[in-house]
Amino acid sequence: MDLIRLRNVNKKYKNGVTAIYDMNLSIKKGSFVFVIGGSGSGKSTLIKMLYREEKPTSGQIVVGGVNVAKLRNQKVYKLRRKLGIVFQDYRLLPKLTVFENVAFAMEVLGAHKEETREKTLKALEMVGLKNKVHNYPDQLSGGEQQRVAIARAIVNDPKLLLCDEPTGNLDPEMSMEIMKVLENINKKRGTTILMVTHDKEIVNKMKKQVITLKDGRLINNIEKGTYNDEDI
Amino acid sequence: MKIFRMLGRSIRDAFKSVFRNFSLSLASVSCITITLIIVAVSIIASLNVENFTKEIESDLTIVVFLDQDVDKSDIKSVTNQIKELDNIDSYKFKDKEQVKKEMQDESAVFKSVMSEWTEEDNPLKNTFQIKVKDATKISKTAKKIEKMKHVSLVRYGEGMVDKLVRAFSSIEKVAYGVVIALIVVTIFLIINTIKLTIFSRKREISIMRLVGASNFSIKTPFIIEGMILGLIGSIIPVILTTFGYLTFYKHFDGYLFTELIKLIKPEPFIYTTSIIVVIIGIIVGMIGSASAVRKYLKV
Repeated sequence: MDLIRLRNVNKKYKNGVTAIYDMNLSIKKGSFVFVIGGSGSGKSTLIKMLYREEKPTSGQIVVGGVNVAKLRNQKVYKLRRKLGIVFQDYRLLPKLTVFENVAFAMEVLGAHKEETREKTLKALEMVGLKNKVHNYPDQLSGGEQQRVAIARAIVNDPKLLLCDEPTGNLDPEMSMEIMKVLENINKKRGTTILMVTHDKEIVNKMKKQVITLKDGRLINNIEKGTYNDEDI
Repeated sequence: MKIFRMLGRSIRDAFKSVFRNFSLSLASVSCITITLIIVAVSIIASLNVENFTKEIESDLTIVVFLDQDVDKSDIKSVTNQIKELDNIDSYKFKDKEQVKKEMQDESAVFKSVMSEWTEEDNPLKNTFQIKVKDATKISKTAKKIEKMKHVSLVRYGEGMVDKLVRAFSSIEKVAYGVVIALIVVTIFLIINTIKLTIFSRKREISIMRLVGASNFSIKTPFIIEGMILGLIGSIIPVILTTFGYLTFYKHFDGYLFTELIKLIKPEPFIYTTSIIVVIIGIIVGMIGSASAVRKYLKV
């Protein structure tokens, strides 16, 4: 079963820059995929199209049964409820506590109070932050803030977790901690994870599926791949 | 029910955010307060102008003098003709004996002079006193009456009345224009202030979109928040205008400068004005935040 399928996808920005050339790609349910590539290779554009911040110029993108390319602005929430997103800059709400930040993702969907509480605590336990539920984001380290963001992304049990350079702002030690959390989620929950990164060490250590992009083209898709400098 | 749960959450969030973003709320509220005070004052002023214009207009009377030698059937025919005119609000017939009596009551000199007149040699004339519906057409009506048979003279204070009526109707128009312009300006001011407060929460809105909140559920708390701000913002204007008008009315005893200009009685006038001000506040707050938040829902 493919969770993500791209067919003949092209993306040209309004300023004339073409970011993605004729891309075909399938990602299986339950897999853990790294997307690597130099700057300007189109890896950010790819992930943005998957959560419909950008629309492809042509081609078809299906994520979890939703045709993303044809999704109207007002219906975007239907896609976003099926996936979790983690960013390099965490994107937490500074005025809410850790618990509230994670519960927020459930509350906006109109979930019950008890269900929200239960799932929020479960998600925070998964990322190892159950003892910091009442802290505010600025009282946490970068790694801890990123783990809150991950908890928020998985609290609704999404099938897919998109990570856009989640370790970009963290030192190697904290980065590995984040990777352990992500691997744990992938194994225990069966969540498909697609992570954009340029962290060589992580990619080599994890030995997962690696997709390499160069100048908007897919040049490599290897199971248990490594970070190959020559490709980039 | 999910929809009620969402609505409950929206209301709770709206109140929370009013207090969490206290300084920004204060900015919006004070902007709404100041403009609503001006709006309230101009509403009161224009309604008062309208009121005393109407009052003076309704006091305008056409006096019709009939010929000296009319008999009862002539009077009847004039009465019927007057009835048929379309601008007539009411009319009253006074025969010369009644006029004589009234004049005698007014002054002692008249009394002694007129007491010698009998019904036959009374030089006064039978009259009609006519009130019109539309004061701006008073001269037309007067001319029509003048042309009737048995009518010798028509008086309505010609030149003066025409000028007065024209002046009042233009004052009324200007007053309404001012009120509408003020309300429009208020809406823009408030939209801009709320835009500023929402701008600072752009991030929050984009995160809501990212975690899968529908546009409707994002908008609702902001719109409710706008309504709360509008409601809070209208408290001071309502208190100020209510007590202000009461004091003003008492101080001038219900008249402004002359007995000609009568102020509107405070009750129930101030209540309706207060309700209007509150409704304007709430609606403006609502429109303000709805239009401000729409901009950020396109990510």
